[in-house]
Amino acid sequence: MLGLLRKIRRTGRVAEPAPPSPVVDRSAVAAELGGSVQIRHVDAGSCNGCEVEIGSAFGPVYDAERYGARLVASPRHADALVVTGPVTRNMAEPLRRTYEAVPGPKLVVAVGDCARNCGVFAGAYGVAGAVRDVVPVDVEIAGCPPRPEAIVEGLRKLTGR
Amino acid sequence: MSALGIVGGVVQPVLIVAGSPLLVGVMRQVRARLEGRAGPGVGQPWRDLRKLFGKERISPRGTSEVFRVAPLVLVATTLVVAVVTPFVTTDSAVDPVADLFAVVALLALGAVTLALAGLDTGTAFGGMGSSREMTILALVEPTLLVSIFALSVRVGSTNLGAIVSATLHDPVRVISPVSLLAAVALIIVIVAETGRLPVDNPSTHLELTMVHEAMVLEYAGPDLALVELASAMRMSVFLGLLANLFLPWGIASTATPIALLVGVLALIIKVGLLGVLLAAGEVFLAKLRLFRVPELLAGSFLLSLLAVAASFFLA
Repeated sequence: MLGLLRKIRRTGRVAEPAPPSPVVDRSAVAAELGGSVQIRHVDAGSCNGCEVEIGSAFGPVYDAERYGARLVASPRHADALVVTGPVTRNMAEPLRRTYEAVPGPKLVVAVGDCARNCGVFAGAYGVAGAVRDVVPVDVEIAGCPPRPEAIVEGLRKLTGR
Repeated sequence: MSALGIVGGVVQPVLIVAGSPLLVGVMRQVRARLEGRAGPGVGQPWRDLRKLFGKERISPRGTSEVFRVAPLVLVATTLVVAVVTPFVTTDSAVDPVADLFAVVALLALGAVTLALAGLDTGTAFGGMGSSREMTILALVEPTLLVSIFALSVRVGSTNLGAIVSATLHDPVRVISPVSLLAAVALIIVIVAETGRLPVDNPSTHLELTMVHEAMVLEYAGPDLALVELASAMRMSVFLGLLANLFLPWGIASTATPIALLVGVLALIIKVGLLGVLLAAGEVFLAKLRLFRVPELLAGSFLLSLLAVAASFFLA
């Protein structure tokens, strides 16, 4: 326990200084949420590259939580769905149902090139389409996989902080 | 019913409702800083609550009135406890309810109602959470009763106000074996009851490890806000009870404005310090395996039993 205490003191703060806010004009929904966005992550058929980056966006270095975003365990608790991957045929219906389970006002964030336009999986036999073909998308984050900075920037547009 | 009691009955619930989300915010911020993160700030739980109160209300298909009424019962029972228990003033607004058994029963009623609501949703995780919560509750309630009972033996009354006043007039009691044993038992019980590490992890996303969270997975919008507010209030109530039973100094025993101000400040400082200690301690702990939790709670029950025995034999 003393070793851990010493490590905490030696390490100090690892979170990088916050970059300037990317928010130019807050959308009506973001204003209604007032700086608090609970996020439910849905993997609609991703290769897990985006999941690793989302994990580090919420890790100590990028610390998306300081802007008021938080990952939650249930779509009922969520304000925003973060969807990764091309929507596979098996995940189209679960994604639609997850979207219906979120209480309004709700937002959808498509993370990664696969979620935006199916990426390298475009035209594959098991793919039902991009995320916007299944549920309405509000924010898109490009990249394969997107860098944690890009994910944090996209989430800050929702929290407005 | 004295003037002091009435003032306490008004000030205490206002303070607990306004302050408990801030307490949760402080605890999260302490944890974030120790983990090297920047943290969302102490006001974040209030921002979350404000947003949740403005959201759509959803009741899942197949749920009954139990599901809809549970958040209200949970908040109402906690609010009654906040009104009657001696937090800021030694006198109580409704003196007969400020009884050890009544207060513990009210807190248990809230927990049982939420467990019933978890069962009512009919989901696998809801039922699993309820069953775990009941297992823990069945082990926690006796310890809670017995450890406070150990303190009431010397006073000759189970009235919480009387216990607090007696400690206030006779400070030597605090360092007696009875108090120390009861304090350790009560701390373990409070950690279990408020769903903190090592019994339950409040920030888990993994349904299989959840206890409290699993029961409330189906709540949305204003109902979820009530449940979250109530669990924050329960935490402040338990920490306030711990602080005032063992370190009651600063509590107002006269109805003068100065005494009340000191009482309010003392409560904020005591509960805030306990919250910071609890959050800092959690950084060093891992969650216990579920089947090891009864061993921990049995240990705390033994301590509380020893406290009662000591209060009879060492009196």
